[in-house]
Amino acid sequence: MSVEVRRTAAGLQLELVGQWGLWEAEAARAQLAAIDLNAVRAVEVSTRGVESLELSGAWVLREFLQRARAAGAAVSFQGTPPDQLRLIDETLKEPQAGSGTVPAAAAPAAEAPAAEAGLLYDIGHYAVRAWRDAELSLAFLGRTCVTLLSSLGSLRRLRPISVARHVYDTGITAVPIVALIGFLVTVIIAYLSAQQLRGLGVDIYVVDLVTIGVLRELGVLLTSIITAGRSASSYAAELGSMQLNEEVDALIATGVDPFEVLVVPRVLGFMIALPLLTIIADLVGLTGGALLCRYLLDMPLTQYINRVDEAISPTTFWVGILKAPVFAVLIALAGCYRGMQVRGSARELGHKVTVAVVQAIFLVILADALFAIVFMKMDI
Amino acid sequence: MRDPVIEVRGLVNRFGSQLIHDGLEMEVGEDEVFGIVGGSGSGKSVLLRSILGLQHPEAGTVRIEGHDITRMSEAQLRRIKARYGVAFQSGALYSGLTVLQNVQLPMVEYLDLESAVRDELALLKIRLVGLPADAAGKYPAELSGGMVKRAAIARALALDPALLFLDEPTSGLDPVSATAFDELVLFLQKELKLTIVMITHDLDSIFRTCNRVGVIVNRRMESDTVDRIVDHPNPWIQEYFHGERARGARIAAGTGGGGAGDGHGA
Repeated sequence: MSVEVRRTAAGLQLELVGQWGLWEAEAARAQLAAIDLNAVRAVEVSTRGVESLELSGAWVLREFLQRARAAGAAVSFQGTPPDQLRLIDETLKEPQAGSGTVPAAAAPAAEAPAAEAGLLYDIGHYAVRAWRDAELSLAFLGRTCVTLLSSLGSLRRLRPISVARHVYDTGITAVPIVALIGFLVTVIIAYLSAQQLRGLGVDIYVVDLVTIGVLRELGVLLTSIITAGRSASSYAAELGSMQLNEEVDALIATGVDPFEVLVVPRVLGFMIALPLLTIIADLVGLTGGALLCRYLLDMPLTQYINRVDEAISPTTFWVGILKAPVFAVLIALAGCYRGMQVRGSARELGHKVTVAVVQAIFLVILADALFAIVFMKMDI
Repeated sequence: MRDPVIEVRGLVNRFGSQLIHDGLEMEVGEDEVFGIVGGSGSGKSVLLRSILGLQHPEAGTVRIEGHDITRMSEAQLRRIKARYGVAFQSGALYSGLTVLQNVQLPMVEYLDLESAVRDELALLKIRLVGLPADAAGKYPAELSGGMVKRAAIARALALDPALLFLDEPTSGLDPVSATAFDELVLFLQKELKLTIVMITHDLDSIFRTCNRVGVIVNRRMESDTVDRIVDHPNPWIQEYFHGERARGARIAAGTGGGGAGDGHGA
């Protein structure tokens, strides 16, 4: 694509040659922009040498001709002007007469009133948004509870098959990773404490630290965090894409409560799965502790078992396991709530899944801190 | 007759033990509006996917503008892909981008244009398919079904293609919008000298816009001009073009030949 320019007494003669398409548009624009239009009275264009004049090429030519007209030059064509110019004129002309639409450059709607933007405004804006979000999530929790209570009456409405599927998806398939994490955590505590306690000559307390640490805190906490990553994300993604597909709307339109068939089974399923996973993590942790004490500290197995027996009080195990269903509710609700919020686009889906996982983990840790304080006050 | 724009020879496609196409032949000439018709499950979409290079056929050749795309590297295929535009059935607009960004995406991928030029050219394409300028800043979720289909065509036209594929362009549209859409297809064909291949179930659309029709029956294609295909002896084709639903469409289009005749003149 190129243009040959000849200066005559009357003005400019442009002869377009070659391909005039989108691929050549940038080069042609540069070439046409370089033409000096000073004191040019007339521009004569010949398009006979053009192999193909595509819409984009014609647009580039049109842009130049407009500049020429603005500079006071008369534009004429050798032969008939190309059809494409007329097409562009017609296409771009119509709506001005209509509703007076703005050109695209100004089209994206203003989001927030930019004039008021300032630090104070931002703080207020986010505070209000966070407050509304908290209100909505409480409403979501409430609605889930009400639905659960109302469906407690009949087994069918509790959707046992659906619940079982979620126990399998979030629980049974998570066993290998949870067991591995349980073991690795024990390794960390055992090594850390053995190093510190050996200097004092009280290696035996390694057993106490491992046992109490795993049973009370780490077993349930790490299991929750791992499964929050697995299950909160899968809940949010699954419900979110159902929203995008209008499957949730279809349920509502059929007269089926999406909370009953989608949310409650997930929450129930996870409430069953997480305590069981925690027990597995505890068991693997204690077994791992026994192995480490045997090979790291040369402690006979019987001595380990005796020491474990002395170290734990009847509440130690229950303090840990009691937290599991609470964490399960928090994780499942975070996943379901964010999933149900997805509207419109695939990007929104990704965003909500991220928020779901981050919030699930945050809520678990926050709740664990609250439990720690409460249990200390209660002296258990 | 000049070389065909699309030439499919001996196409065989198979899913497991199910034979979809068995030696299918198809030819589309320059400036034609070619309609692909067939019963549900007859392999219309598989044929389209084979032509687009999305599906590798078991046997046969697919030539676009003389290049056999079944024996091409990805890099070569990329150059061919810039020559055609596709509007998928559900639009397949990228939901995270505005209409303007959707139309610009092929330009961004293939070309190094100034952003102001890109904006103007994309807006030109948006206006060309009959969308208002303020649709440019909207997201696909904010558009009506008909507007999504138009936006999909605007995106398909982004690179000034010579060849346009439409997958069920009028499905899901009300009759008035469907008619307007047929007008758009004819308008684009005439003004941009496009070759258009469309899969359709809409008899009105076929009679109004297509020059030639290819019907997939018994895993092969029978193709002819609209006037002549209706007299094809195959029972399915007879049923299709002379059934209860077809009669009204033919009457509406002036016994079949009207739209096609206009197309030929272009």
